[in-house]
Amino acid sequence: MEVKSPSKAWNPYLAGALAGLLLVLSVYATGKYFGASTTYVRAAGFVESAVDAERVSTMAYFIKEAPKIDWQFLFVAGIGLGALGAAVLSNTFRIQLVPDRFAARFGQARGLRIGLAFLGGAAAMFGARLADGCPSGHGLSGSLQLAASGFVSLMGFFAGGLVMARLVYGRRGGK
Amino acid sequence: MELWFGLITGIAFGVLLQRAEVIRFDRQIGALLLKDMTIVKFMLTTILVGMVGVYLLVDLGLAKLSLKPLILGGNVLGGLIFGIGWALLGYCPGTAAAALGEGRVDALAGMAGMLVGAAVFAEAYPALKASVLIWGDYGKVTLPGLLGVWHWPVIVAFVAGGVLLLRFVERKGL
Repeated sequence: MEVKSPSKAWNPYLAGALAGLLLVLSVYATGKYFGASTTYVRAAGFVESAVDAERVSTMAYFIKEAPKIDWQFLFVAGIGLGALGAAVLSNTFRIQLVPDRFAARFGQARGLRIGLAFLGGAAAMFGARLADGCPSGHGLSGSLQLAASGFVSLMGFFAGGLVMARLVYGRRGGK
Repeated sequence: MELWFGLITGIAFGVLLQRAEVIRFDRQIGALLLKDMTIVKFMLTTILVGMVGVYLLVDLGLAKLSLKPLILGGNVLGGLIFGIGWALLGYCPGTAAAALGEGRVDALAGMAGMLVGAAVFAEAYPALKASVLIWGDYGKVTLPGLLGVWHWPVIVAFVAGGVLLLRFVERKGL
């Protein structure tokens, strides 16, 4: 089941180096470091505001990270758009609900995939907010600034992930 | 203007993530199962290039660092919880948006879950702020700051260590 796509993919070192240059350019031009998870807080604030704006306006965390469209919000939206464009142009766009490795372990279990993705997303975001960053904010931006918080969080991400992945997808990892 | 920069930077990053295939569930879980190091190659290269570039800018007075505080309670616990969720979802907050962009609709369920996770965190924030988030608060510290050394030797050590690690990964054929 291992997907060794006959490499249309770009070399990860080249793409990674370009991403590094892009980040440096961003820091130079706007002072903005990459990050993603705060955007989900702002988005959640938007949704909740639609239901009860008054309550949201009194909640400490939504005062700290107010529901608004900022640099990072558009950065995250841009990531989606850029990936869409690149996928279409390179003919790699593909509607898929159950990823290959998942199917190799659980079969075409659509409901299970949706459930685990939802649950995982909720846990990941709770954790990211508790850690004050995700693999972008801490993993990339934090560690490249040699921030102690970046390294500690990044170790946490991989420690939690390595154990959980082994438990869920098994030793053979869907192969 | 700043908003446009955000959008354009995001688009460029999204293209790189998609073309290097680092946003795929199979690659992210592959990394966590130590079977496919594509995302590690990408991330580590980004970090090393960014490290040298950003510190050059800072030393030339052209940019400032933007550090997050080291709070062991939050960073360790939050990091572990994030990792557990990441392994279930197979995407992180940034790559979920990109995965959706290339048609991986399971990312949508993950993003919905993320909104719920953010909402739950916002509810728990006052309690966490008075407990976990004050455990082991060391402020905005860097590794060279903690070691009391100049940052360049540390950067050189990281680049050297990173290159060695990547050579090892390549030898193993991961």
